[in-house]
Amino acid sequence: MIAEIGQFALALALVVALLQSSLPLIGAQRGNATLMMVAKPAAQALLLLVAVAYGALTYLFVVSDFSVALVVANSHSLKPMLYKITGVWANHEGSMLLWVLILAVFGGAVAQFGANLPLSLKSRALAVQGMIATAFLAFLIFTSNPFLRVDPAPLDGRGLNPLLQDPGLAFHPPLLYLGYVGFSIAFSFAVAALIEGRVDAAWGRWVRPWTLAAWTFLTAGVALGSWWAYYELGWGGWWFWDPVENASFMPWLLGTALLHSSIVVEKRDTLKSWTILLAILTFSLSLLGTFIVRSGVLTSVHAFATDPKRGLFILAILIVTIVGSLTLYALRAPILKAGGVFAPVSREGSLILNNLLLALACATVLLGTLYPLLLEAVTGGRDKVSVGPPFFNATFVPIMVPLIMVMALGPYLAWKRGNLAKTSRRMIVAAGGAVAAIVATFLIVPDGPFLTPFAMGLAAWLFFGATSEWAGRIKLFQGPLMASWHRLQGLPRAATGMTLAHMGIAVMIVGIAGSSSWQTEKIQVLAPGESVLVAGYDFRLDQVADENGPNYTTQRATITVSRDGRFFATLYPERRFFPVAGQTTTEAAIRTTPLSDLYAVIGEPDGAGGWTTRFYLNPLVPWIWYGALIMVAGGFLSLSDRRHRVGAPRRAALPRPAMQPQPAAAE
Amino acid sequence: MTRLILILALLLPLALPPDRPALAVEPDEILADSALETRARAISKGLRCVVCQNQSIDDSNAPIARDMRILVRERLLLGDDDQQVVDYFVARYGEFVLLKPTFRPYTYPLWLGPPIMAVLGLMVLFVAYRSRQHTRPMGTVEPLSAIDRKKLDALVDREITRQGLSEPNENSR
Repeated sequence: MIAEIGQFALALALVVALLQSSLPLIGAQRGNATLMMVAKPAAQALLLLVAVAYGALTYLFVVSDFSVALVVANSHSLKPMLYKITGVWANHEGSMLLWVLILAVFGGAVAQFGANLPLSLKSRALAVQGMIATAFLAFLIFTSNPFLRVDPAPLDGRGLNPLLQDPGLAFHPPLLYLGYVGFSIAFSFAVAALIEGRVDAAWGRWVRPWTLAAWTFLTAGVALGSWWAYYELGWGGWWFWDPVENASFMPWLLGTALLHSSIVVEKRDTLKSWTILLAILTFSLSLLGTFIVRSGVLTSVHAFATDPKRGLFILAILIVTIVGSLTLYALRAPILKAGGVFAPVSREGSLILNNLLLALACATVLLGTLYPLLLEAVTGGRDKVSVGPPFFNATFVPIMVPLIMVMALGPYLAWKRGNLAKTSRRMIVAAGGAVAAIVATFLIVPDGPFLTPFAMGLAAWLFFGATSEWAGRIKLFQGPLMASWHRLQGLPRAATGMTLAHMGIAVMIVGIAGSSSWQTEKIQVLAPGESVLVAGYDFRLDQVADENGPNYTTQRATITVSRDGRFFATLYPERRFFPVAGQTTTEAAIRTTPLSDLYAVIGEPDGAGGWTTRFYLNPLVPWIWYGALIMVAGGFLSLSDRRHRVGAPRRAALPRPAMQPQPAAAE
Repeated sequence: MTRLILILALLLPLALPPDRPALAVEPDEILADSALETRARAISKGLRCVVCQNQSIDDSNAPIARDMRILVRERLLLGDDDQQVVDYFVARYGEFVLLKPTFRPYTYPLWLGPPIMAVLGLMVLFVAYRSRQHTRPMGTVEPLSAIDRKKLDALVDREITRQGLSEPNENSR
């Protein structure tokens, strides 16, 4: 019964989505307000219906209704409750339903909070949202129905892939989808603006918070996925340039570019055509990411989501979206008028360089990800190449270095025309920090890789550049602290948010450089009682005990770590066996200290009383996720800026509300 | 016989779930000579496990990856230098085994793509900048059309009433 309600809600949702994608568009074209007004209730009804369908599926998982095929394939009565709920999206059908749910949530939010949007723009944007919803609901209903029944119903389910039974991975997909799908709003606004034939500063202001929200969630999602790989896959790696990782990283890169270029649209009413293109491409890459993961076209470690038939459907959606929106762009973009003029050395100039480098980085990742596939298609399989981490490291890093150098500099430059001489004087703190970091790294780790100190210098350049720019704004240490505090109260939160995000990148660079340069690894067979020295830490294997978990059995090792004869930590790495899936997983034991991770993994027994053990000292690796956390915090702080929420008029615009487009607000 | 074992070894990982936790290098593979072992690890990181998806033999726990790792070490013990070891694997498995493709005609687009795109991007920027300089001298401002101004005034007024903003200077509190 519940499954049929879900099914029925989905079918109704498809009808509503069809209405939402057509009526408001016709209304906007004819200037018919009644038809345009359909957009809001339609978006709300769509949200309600999809939420009912999603709730129904969740209910089926929670009560373990094994008459539903999806529950049989992906759940088990003994599975912990957390994974019954998250198991809803840990499979193809459920995750696509989550995708549509998030799409409906974003659409509903625009309908609800978009009161200050011009009716025609809002109607058109919601109509485009409706088209995306139509495509994905059709995909769901016709190729991936989550509510199919099985008869006779089996006694129990087949269980969930044990690797997915993990809190980190459980919440990775929703965050990622909030990011992917969040960019659909920027896309819908871009298409709506192209239909309208005009983009202005107000458009930039409406699109920015949505882009920022999507970016923040995507950052969190990518970081969480990388963290999961780090602790679950069991050898201390955290980024593999795997196609599925790249699929989430490419929208992140372009989305970051979009975030910055929409600032230029808002503040300076220029770069409009490019920003529209970025909005289209960012969402297209999100769709490509969905396609890559869902079709299995580039099979990878994430191959549990493989199904070529569905891939064709998503490919069709992808092609229609990209070709359609780019055709519209080609037709309409030329009529968008360019706004303010600026010198090459200016805030705009630095943001354009940021966009160029981010787009280049994204194109490079795209090329590397698709090249093996393209080459095979072109040569008919005669020539085959693999494109792995060495390629990406060799091409990606040289693009990132100038980007990070400009990242520290850009916020100092004035809009319209910057002064490089004046700016470089203000960069003294950053330059001093960079030199100090390089020297200090050479002194502390004289025998490490040669380039690592320079990476640390780059991180320090960015960190001190970002913080001293912020300190300069509130005149920190240039007067009484209370005065700075009052200035901080007046500083837009978005400015502090930007500083945090840039600081987060700096912290992350330290983590990346440190962990990839100075890792210590020891692999050996240890019998209980034996110990081994890893970078100054003594790891002793005390015992390995058999224990039972809720739906697995485990071999749990006890490892005592001491330093200089003094107790430091006890680690409990495990090898879990899931009988339902017939799979073994490793649970690494990690002890995090501010400067490094102690990482222990237990492997197979050697049959003579010994166990394969792997111990790692991963220096600075926690900084990668501290950095990501700081970036996400910056994103949320920036989102809380009331200028984003209310789209309130700017300072320079208010005395005469007519807002000359050139306020030259050199903030 | 060797071939049969190889085929079996190739098939085995396909029967296993693809996302098994990868526990790669085993203790019994490690060479006593730590300099050689370091070289072996470095080489392993650049060689693809031929039955895996985008994993190096250093990361992979597939049996074939283990065989390849042992082979790397055997070649090193025989006195091969790093390049000879890599060439040995390329001769056996083709270019496919390299995670960093070599520079040759069918990888020109791959390697030259990023720098060409960078140059093109800079050129586009330069041209766009120059053409804008000519058409719009610095400082000219296109005034808002009457319709636009009306719309904007209405918007701003409504916003002020809605927010109840009595103090317009909200940024410089």
